[in-house]
Amino acid sequence: MKTETAAMPHRSKKEQLNRLASAAYWVEFSKKWLWVIARFVLVFGISFVILYPILLKLSIAFKSMDDLYDSTVIWVPQAFTLENFRLVFKAMNYPAVLRNTMLLSSAVMVLQTIICVLAGYGFARIKFKGSGLLFAAVIFTILVPSQTIMIPLYLHFKNFDLFGLIELFTGKPANLINTYWPFIISSMLGMGVKTGLYVYIFRQFFKGIPREIEEAAYVDGAGYFTTFARVILPNAIPSMVTVMLFSFVWQWNDSFFTNMYLNEPKVMSSMMSSAGYGIATYMTGGGQAANSLVQDPFFMSMMMNTSVLMAILPLIILYVFVQRHFVESVERSGLVG
Amino acid sequence: MKLKKLSLEQKNRYYGLYFILPWFAGFCFLFLTPLLSSLRFSLSNLQVNDEGFTLKYIGLANFREALFSHESYVRTLTESVMNIVLNTPLILIFSLFFAVLLNQKFHGRVLARAIFFLPVILASGIIASIENGDLMQSVVRSASDSTGGGLSVIKNLELTTLLIESGLSPTVVQYLTGAVSRIYEIVSQSGVQILIFLAGLQSISPSLYEAAKIEGSTGYEAFWKITFPMIGPLILTNLVYTIIDSFISDQTSRMVVDTAFKSFNFGLSAAMSWMYFAIIALLLWVTTALISRKVFYQD
Repeated sequence: MKTETAAMPHRSKKEQLNRLASAAYWVEFSKKWLWVIARFVLVFGISFVILYPILLKLSIAFKSMDDLYDSTVIWVPQAFTLENFRLVFKAMNYPAVLRNTMLLSSAVMVLQTIICVLAGYGFARIKFKGSGLLFAAVIFTILVPSQTIMIPLYLHFKNFDLFGLIELFTGKPANLINTYWPFIISSMLGMGVKTGLYVYIFRQFFKGIPREIEEAAYVDGAGYFTTFARVILPNAIPSMVTVMLFSFVWQWNDSFFTNMYLNEPKVMSSMMSSAGYGIATYMTGGGQAANSLVQDPFFMSMMMNTSVLMAILPLIILYVFVQRHFVESVERSGLVG
Repeated sequence: MKLKKLSLEQKNRYYGLYFILPWFAGFCFLFLTPLLSSLRFSLSNLQVNDEGFTLKYIGLANFREALFSHESYVRTLTESVMNIVLNTPLILIFSLFFAVLLNQKFHGRVLARAIFFLPVILASGIIASIENGDLMQSVVRSASDSTGGGLSVIKNLELTTLLIESGLSPTVVQYLTGAVSRIYEIVSQSGVQILIFLAGLQSISPSLYEAAKIEGSTGYEAFWKITFPMIGPLILTNLVYTIIDSFISDQTSRMVVDTAFKSFNFGLSAAMSWMYFAIIALLLWVTTALISRKVFYQD
């Protein structure tokens, strides 16, 4: 049971008064509270800076057209309206986009985690001449910006062929642009968004697992692959959670590859960048009356804010549930050596 | 026959190769080949047609065009590099400071942490680029400024004069006040760094602090003598991460993408990105070489 309480000295009333009278006590007291206040101000201030754009978007998204031109309305709209959400919902084909993004991000997440956990384990355990060089290649993939290899990749997927096999059967190489295959293929081969980083995380983690565990499994008669599946993998769950979280979020937010591979706004991140155009076409398709709205920069800006909010809303909702795991899993994943 | 001679342990080492195989295939086909062809493209004139593309070797003409006749490449490039050089120390100091802060015990720590890691999920280039030129937001901002007595405008000016009068050199003052105005940019880029620092802080053994406290060290001394050296390797990690993270969505990258997919000048775009990459690599090499000499490794 608790024994610490017994160690606490019991002060008499006089002693306590003496303590209160000493200057050192008050110096310590004020130092402590000054720090508490300063810390509160800092944390609160930066929290506000982070939340400010989201709050701003929330405030704008609920505004109606009347509120836009009412100079007394700044933050809290006079007439709450869900009209903006409804419009963006329809104009952007929101349910389909949401489903696409969910499926794509989940598929990429699962594939990347599997490939990276395998590669990370391999890199942690191989040891022969040149294995260091092989791992240096991983670091190199992290360092080279994706812009450098963007054009060859684009052309590669535009005329995709597997050792001439596809051309043999269909007569011409497959055009994978505007499909999801580029994402699937690159995450299956461990070259997706920031994959080098995940391999690095897993490698650091597996380096920390003592070899004795594996040796014990070998002595008990398990083969190499059984050992990996039954002994090593269960240990790696925290770092797998980290990698899954990161790869899901980064795939969701990735606008570079989505804009490159997809011509149409099929997923959230490319939807955001073309939201203005999408809404304008939707509105002008609706009739003449809407035309004046499209030309109104305030209105378009309101729509943009609403669509950005709606694009990040699913992420924020997911985040509320998993944010606890963020720090915990990074701590346990061995990312910090 | 040869495999028979290997011991179990040696064999297992080679088994590891099977695990790397998918990654290695990707490395060859989706990284190394594109990298080499990108280098080839930068040296040629690339024309896309129906059956693919044709290449015509033109030597260093693309590089020359980017450097000497492109209207804004050099300027954008210097701006991007300057931004990285200016922001990286700020981001590192900021994230270390707040990681230390968030590591202390106080009420509402869970909430504060949740908010501080929001940038990890929200800071993508596209959101930021939409935000910059947004009309509605600037209207609301200026409206709340004017009703709030224009506080935010004055605050910065007062700070500047105060600092200059206290004898600091104007360059330093500019740098600091610039950091205050760019606080959102800095905060939104330091989510992952705070996360990494925080995890590192929690892996420092508390017995070190206990021993230091018994020896009579203050919190300030404990930070510089224990926390800072112990977290040294992570400072290096975060430095590298900050630099490579910052070129994902900056001006030069945007220009590279635009040159390729809007003006369809693939060769020029490849040349631009190669020069950018070379400069970043140089920057990374210099900074890591400088810092890794000072970093303390426990083992």
